[in-house]
Formats: sequence, C-alpha cells, structure tokens
Amino acid sequence: MAEEKKKKKICIIVTKGTLDAAYPPLILASTAAGMDWEAHLFFTFYGLDIINKKKYKSLKVAPIANPAMPMPVPNIIGMLPGMTAMATMMMKNMMKKHNVPSIEELINICKEMGVKFYACQMTMDVMGCPESDLLPVVDACLGAAGFLDIASDADVTLFV
Amino acid sequence: MVEADEVLDCSGLVCPMPVLKSKQAMQKLAPGKVLKIISTDKGSKNDIPAWAKQMGFELLEMSEEDGKFIFYVKKPA
Repeated sequence: MAEEKKKKKICIIVTKGTLDAAYPPLILASTAAGMDWEAHLFFTFYGLDIINKKKYKSLKVAPIANPAMPMPVPNIIGMLPGMTAMATMMMKNMMKKHNVPSIEELINICKEMGVKFYACQMTMDVMGCPESDLLPVVDACLGAAGFLDIASDADVTLFV
Repeated sequence: MVEADEVLDCSGLVCPMPVLKSKQAMQKLAPGKVLKIISTDKGSKNDIPAWAKQMGFELLEMSEEDGKFIFYVKKPA
C-alpha cells in the first residue's frame, strides 16, 4: 500500500489474564492490521500472562463471580477444586467447535500481520517476570510514558 | 453479473479469520482485479463491507444464498 496517507492506528491496553479477556484485544488488533491499520498492544498487570511463555497456553476462565457462564455456576460450587479447569475446558471446547483460533494461534497471526506487542516494565519488575520469560513476539518493554507516546496520535484507544 | 478473477472460500471460518484471509488474498491480487469472497460467518455480512471501506476497495456486489455470504471486491487499478 502507498504511504502517502497516514495509516489509522489502534492502541489497546490489556490488563486481564483470563482466557476470555485475552481474546478481544487479539481479535481487534489482528483485524485492525487486516484493515491496514497500525495496531499496538500494551500488556500490563495480569495481561502480561498472555505474552508469558510459561503461562499463555494455560490461561483460564474463572467460574467464581462469573454469572455469564454458559451454564451458570453458583459461587459456592465454583469454589470447589477443579471447577476452574472445568470452566476453562468448556470454553476451549466451545471455541474449538466454532472454529475460533486458539490464543497461541491468534498471537502468531497478530505477529504475522505486524501487530506490535509491548510489555509493561513495571509489572515485570513487580511480578518478578524477566524479559526471558516473555514470548519472542514482544517488541519492547515500556513504561507508561513510552506507551502513551505511541498512543498519543492513535485513532482508537481501548482498555481491556 | 460480476466476474471474479480469484475466489477465496472462507467457509467455516469465524471472526477475525475471513477478514484476515481476505486481506492476504487481496495482497496477491493484481490492481483492477476482482476477488470473490465466500463466508459462512454471519459477522462477515458487516465485516467484509467495513473492511473493504477501510482498505479503499470497491464492494461491487454482495449476496446471500444457503447461509453463504458472497462478496465481490475490486482492488483499485
């Protein structure tokens, strides 16, 4: 594409590390890139798990305090051992049945499409997550000012 | 009737895949050529026109038959 026109830009702050919360930012970013937009993802707090080598394949769905479960689980039952694993498995199966790409696949698709990934340096320090624990898709570890600088001329900014 | 130069079948794929596959297919297409996109994802009904608009592609025709959404998108010459 010709560069005479500035590309539109989306910046998303990803703060949650549950399986259900990981999908929207990755879908939006890949789609934006698919529309020839620049897409930037800033992973902070629990969102960092999504780009953590040791954790990104085992993101979970919380059955507790989640009244939106397809089969609503009373909190007292959601507390029982194994319920989180069960809720997670249910969601993964549901996604698979509908042919939705896995988180791992979506991360790779995003990278192929040129989406930029940033890790929050402060969260890494607080949570004891060295850069070597992050997936190689990460472009940089940034602080708040670094990300705001990137987001300052964005057309769409979202907080997930 | 619009003639397609290439056909992309996205049957069975869901958001965001039809849009992403469409972009890849359009990148390979020569300027002025027409891509026919087939999708079974209901979201495509809005997504493909929105994507085409964002990309500056012309949506020549869209139709729906037997649960399939069919789009003809032209790459500007």
